[in-house]
Amino acid sequence: MDLNYGSQYEDFKIEVQDFCKEWHGINFSDAAKTPMSQNFESNGKTIKRSEWQSILIEKGYTARSVPKEYGGYGGESDIIKNRIIATEFSNAKIPSAMGGQGIDMLVPTLLELGTEEQKKQYIKPTLRGEMIWCQGYSEPNAGSDLASLQTKGELIDGNWVINGQKIWTSTAQFSQMMFCLVRTEPDAQKHAGISYILIPMDTPGLEIRPLVDMTLKPGFNEVFFTDVTVPEGNIIGKRGEGWAVANATLGHERGALTDPNATMNRVNSLINRMKKETIDGKRLIDIPVYRDKLIAIQAKVTAFQSNSLRVLSSKINKGQDTKIAGMIQKLVGTELRHELEGFAVDIMGELGTLYEDSPNLRDGGSWQFLYMYYLGLIIGGGTSQIQKNIISERGLGMPREPKVQGN
Amino acid sequence: MYFGLSEDQIFFQENVSKFLEDQSNLDVIRKITEGEANEIQQEIHDGLLNLGLSSLLIPEQYGGLGLDLLFATAVSQSLGEGLGPIPFAGSYIMAPLAIMHGGNKEQKNNYLIKMSENSMRIGVGFSEYIGARDNANISINDNKISGRALFVIDAKDASHLMFSDKNGMIGIVESSSSGIEITELVAVDKTRNFLEVQLKDVDIDILELTSTSKEAIDKSIDAGRIILAADSLGASQALIDKAVEYSKERKQFNRVIGSFQAVKHMCAEMAADLEPCYALVWHAAHCFDNSPDESRLMACHAKSHVSEVSKTIGKKATEVHGGMGFTDLMGVHYWFKRIGVNRQTLGAPEVIREEAARIQNF
Repeated sequence: MDLNYGSQYEDFKIEVQDFCKEWHGINFSDAAKTPMSQNFESNGKTIKRSEWQSILIEKGYTARSVPKEYGGYGGESDIIKNRIIATEFSNAKIPSAMGGQGIDMLVPTLLELGTEEQKKQYIKPTLRGEMIWCQGYSEPNAGSDLASLQTKGELIDGNWVINGQKIWTSTAQFSQMMFCLVRTEPDAQKHAGISYILIPMDTPGLEIRPLVDMTLKPGFNEVFFTDVTVPEGNIIGKRGEGWAVANATLGHERGALTDPNATMNRVNSLINRMKKETIDGKRLIDIPVYRDKLIAIQAKVTAFQSNSLRVLSSKINKGQDTKIAGMIQKLVGTELRHELEGFAVDIMGELGTLYEDSPNLRDGGSWQFLYMYYLGLIIGGGTSQIQKNIISERGLGMPREPKVQGN
Repeated sequence: MYFGLSEDQIFFQENVSKFLEDQSNLDVIRKITEGEANEIQQEIHDGLLNLGLSSLLIPEQYGGLGLDLLFATAVSQSLGEGLGPIPFAGSYIMAPLAIMHGGNKEQKNNYLIKMSENSMRIGVGFSEYIGARDNANISINDNKISGRALFVIDAKDASHLMFSDKNGMIGIVESSSSGIEITELVAVDKTRNFLEVQLKDVDIDILELTSTSKEAIDKSIDAGRIILAADSLGASQALIDKAVEYSKERKQFNRVIGSFQAVKHMCAEMAADLEPCYALVWHAAHCFDNSPDESRLMACHAKSHVSEVSKTIGKKATEVHGGMGFTDLMGVHYWFKRIGVNRQTLGAPEVIREEAARIQNF
């Protein structure tokens, strides 16, 4: 066991810490205030979100291993440096780099499977936040069984003509582009009939309708396609290879949903809240029942944090077996976060239910918001039940779900 | 950066597992718990002593192996997994640590060398320090100890016993001293032994540094908790393995029951709950060895959290076995009971969580 990153990383850590000090307290002139933005302390310095992103790329604090010619930093991929950046930014409470489905999912996919032309065209504006992407995967009848999707694409006169419907499309209303799974080979076996197609959101025939979720914050959309026509070249990989292309990106998504350090930061915010909040004049932190539950959650989050260190270690040290430790992260991370946020609502009682711009709101209503939001994440990206199938089948070697004929 | 057990640790751990598999299978365990295999139990104990189990933590200058707690944690996992019917947490972890951190030079020389030679073994009675039941109380005055210790671990056949008063002052008595009255307890887990000890003006050798410092008692209890957590970790893994294996064999409705989602999901939940416990227990042991500031809290988290997880696994793994899980035939209950006793020893989860809150000045 050796938890030191090694002396070669000490200088880098100090460099990042200095950067964080320099930029501590910055605000974005063009960012909406959300329940999550309350974590950042302001010192009045203001900057545009895209300017911040450019600074981070220039320093190599994001897009680190993306080649320079595509607009990245052009450095070596270094998992420990990424970790140091994430940890220091989180500790210093300064905003991290832009994320989202374009940067986190599409860019890695393009780097792996895109043509040279596609890389040149899309990666740079995506990294700089000038081109925002949404993901067109799920459909009303294709959720957990995603590969049964039915949105149809026909190649007519050198164009893909697309008809059908997508759902759960986050950020569709802000996006310039969508990466979309479309059934292009209707006669092929279900997984082999799908292609991965890039669609500009302003294409005629594409209609976006907001799908309001329980948080009532802008979130999901439904997207309808009526003879939406895009050039033949807007495909990543070959016809019928879309399932494999999509699986390359789903891996990127699952890892991103549950940051244990962010969860531990929430535990610490909860502790601060419990020291301030009172019932009958008594601080919540002094009430045994609340103390007990708080420590139980803190222990779970500590275990989850340690688990992620072990997974990190296995990425550096080849041959270390942490198969199950990696597989459980989505399930454990989302369930744990939901439990934590829900407990925070409980300790505040009636006040915990306040929302939006209510008087007497605590911490911007973030506890209630995230309590609901994480219920969404428990379901999205492969439900907890799907995760349990994966763990039992691939982790424990139990029998796979029986296939229904024709599927 | 490397997070995990080292090759040496895994090698040693596997040796212990292999030894238990060969020498101490379920039939042997059953006989031992029925009190019909004292000699075999002694042979198992001796065999493990030959591997060095009693002197893992004792520094080399006193004849020990001078290893760290993470090493001992790896061993403890194997003992939990294989129901090791021997003393460990008390005699071979807590007692040497108390002496290493609380004894003066002479006391270290006097005790540690004999312990590493196995000519001396110490049972540990700290339950009154952690939380006294039945108004039991230990008082030490003028090198005499009086009182009652309700749950002394690893004490049967031990040559010496170690106690602490409420202030964390630790002393050692000879088990054969006059004024000691020993009562054997019957706990659900019969793979290990537990005694009640009454003391009346018994001569005691107080570990010198413990009259002014709590370091020895803290270190000893923290380590004991991590080791018991590791024992439950190993026991829980054994239960998951058994449940999964059984579910792949047992058929109902013309299908192996492991093909039903209800069963698969129970197994997945057990694995998802237990897997982070490995990292937590190892991390806690690593902090014990390397970063004392975090060590106390990590030990509390490890013991309380693993106890909760293990309890759930004890229940679910038994349920996966259906009616057979409830029988003595299958033997699932041995691990269930071992976990049950580990959970209460050195502080039940609620007791430890309150301590964790105080450690953080809440």
